[in-house]
Amino acid sequence: MRMSKTLSKVKLPYLLLLPGFLFLFTFFILPILNLAQTSTQTPIAGGDTGEYEQTLRFANYIDAFIENREQFARSFIFAICATLLALAIAYPLAYAIAFKAGRFKNILLVLIIAPFFTSFLLRTVAWKQILGEEGFVVPPLRTFGIISESTTLTSTSFAVVLGMTYNFLPFMTLPLYASLERIDPRTMEASGDLYANGITTFRRVTLPLSMPGVVAGTLLTFIPAAGDYVNAAILGNPNSKMLGNVIESRFFKIVDYPTAAALSFTLMAAILILVTLYIRKAGTEELV
Amino acid sequence: MVDVSSATRGDLRLTRITKSYGDFTAVDDLSLTIPEGSFFALLGPSGCGKTTTLRMIAGLEEPTVGSIHLGTTDITTKRPYQRPINTVFQNYALFPHLTIFENIAFGLRRRGIKSVDADVNKVLDLVELPHLAQRKPTQLSGGQQQRIALARAIVNRPALLLLDEPLGALDLKLRRQMQIELKWIQREVGLTFVHVTHDQEEAMTMADTIAVMNEGGIEQMGSPADLYDNPKTAFVANFLGQSNLIKGRIEGTAGDNLVVDLYGQKISMPKSRSHAVDSSIYAGIRPEKFRISLVGTPTRGNVLSGGHIEEVSYIGVSTQYQVAMPWGQELMVFEQNDDGVPPFDKGDQVVISWEPNFTFALRGDEDVEAGTEVAPDDLDEDE
Repeated sequence: MRMSKTLSKVKLPYLLLLPGFLFLFTFFILPILNLAQTSTQTPIAGGDTGEYEQTLRFANYIDAFIENREQFARSFIFAICATLLALAIAYPLAYAIAFKAGRFKNILLVLIIAPFFTSFLLRTVAWKQILGEEGFVVPPLRTFGIISESTTLTSTSFAVVLGMTYNFLPFMTLPLYASLERIDPRTMEASGDLYANGITTFRRVTLPLSMPGVVAGTLLTFIPAAGDYVNAAILGNPNSKMLGNVIESRFFKIVDYPTAAALSFTLMAAILILVTLYIRKAGTEELV
Repeated sequence: MVDVSSATRGDLRLTRITKSYGDFTAVDDLSLTIPEGSFFALLGPSGCGKTTTLRMIAGLEEPTVGSIHLGTTDITTKRPYQRPINTVFQNYALFPHLTIFENIAFGLRRRGIKSVDADVNKVLDLVELPHLAQRKPTQLSGGQQQRIALARAIVNRPALLLLDEPLGALDLKLRRQMQIELKWIQREVGLTFVHVTHDQEEAMTMADTIAVMNEGGIEQMGSPADLYDNPKTAFVANFLGQSNLIKGRIEGTAGDNLVVDLYGQKISMPKSRSHAVDSSIYAGIRPEKFRISLVGTPTRGNVLSGGHIEEVSYIGVSTQYQVAMPWGQELMVFEQNDDGVPPFDKGDQVVISWEPNFTFALRGDEDVEAGTEVAPDDLDEDE
């Protein structure tokens, strides 16, 4: 009796891990391995379009990168812009909800999540209307002479960044809120008591204590934004294409699987390196 | 920059302070002077307004009416960071992202002081924790955090140090030890300490002067001995220790003494210890001032006869008796156990006696229950 009890106790963690492991193995590990072996294939001589054979041609990576380096750079620039913009909007918002909202706290949190009740695609398409010639953004801007008569906002890089900012805003706001909400308001009072004015208190106490939220929020925004293609496809133009758009067209339109796979891996690696450097720099592991 | 020069030092004066939140008045027309260099305690139950008073002194709340002066400077509307006042917060409120050293240096750095090492190390020595300088607050025990919170405040040598229930989160033994240490540190650094607490023992151990607060105002102010020996109201008599309050009438005077009738038995007490306004009074005697003797044995001083022992509880250092009196009241008597076994049993017929000088008199229209129903050990402060 006793033996079997101890045994099942030892086995239990593995049993609990099993469903998740099986799922991830089937739908993540296997596809990734498949993608990896696709990335070094070359077209079969004399074969049809879309027929490739494994030749371990690692130069695929170099070719793909050089050919698409412009979209590569754009992906990261757009993602960084959207992340910074989202941070600038979300931080005051999260701060207000955490410290100033009182009994409206829960309502405001629901409103942050509310956009998820409609589809991501629909919301992005709606931005076409909002930024369109007949929308309520362009006419006033023209009236006040902020943009010229010939300038449009749709099909621009600006619209793509704006769309991404909007779509990923909740992913920025919620971790920031969670992190700010955990701060004991008395530490801010203590800071004021110890001769720090409002700005210094923010710089020395509130901001450092909310860094876990800043890091989590920027990662949750930056990572999907860097790989995004929907915003660029709907709100952009041929000159604002991101790497996601290239991968999509290589896979589904040109049927150039090896290049698409190589680009996917390069993008993943680049994001991984950037994120690692960022976390190192932000030094969140030192925070409580 | 905060001026911590002699101009902003001196006594702290609160003049006719009122603080209201909507319909609720937390502090009601309170005036108070705290002399420079003293250890001053604001003592009262939860919700009496003591924490609100402290927060107004710190600048964390602004009074609805009234003014606050430090020396000759009006600080009523000054922001917390503009006042030469520091606070030891109830739950310490240490900065979790900074080391102990940086926590303590925080105030010095904000005041633009470049070389902080000597000052920080000095207070770390004072609180006997120099080896913890590079730790983070979460790695410290409650007692250690408490000392660091104190060090972080006194390193600035403020004109006034505010302590908001500083020992509330510590266990009894550590609390006793810290009470003595705080008192020693206050003498050592010579700063004015204002200590807010609901614990009467804590206030009496440490403070030179105690202001007992009740319902937003000061009930009585004085030295611990004054307050204990000669309370002016039933609230003070009951909140600081225990009291026997017996209904009576002043029948006349005999020299410096009053002759008082307590349910047909005559006692005497000093005139100067009466706070009554007419002849109707409550005579008050502390339980340890009573002596018990068996009927027929000699007595001296004031005597109340006709009682019998109703209840005996052995406490160790003393024995507590409940003595039922002929008029239906039970009196509490504490006898020191300095001579062996408790000499009285339940049911013994006894007389109670005491020195007339230990008697105090309260107004006859007082609520004798005031200050008894509040649990002094209630830790939450929802003010």
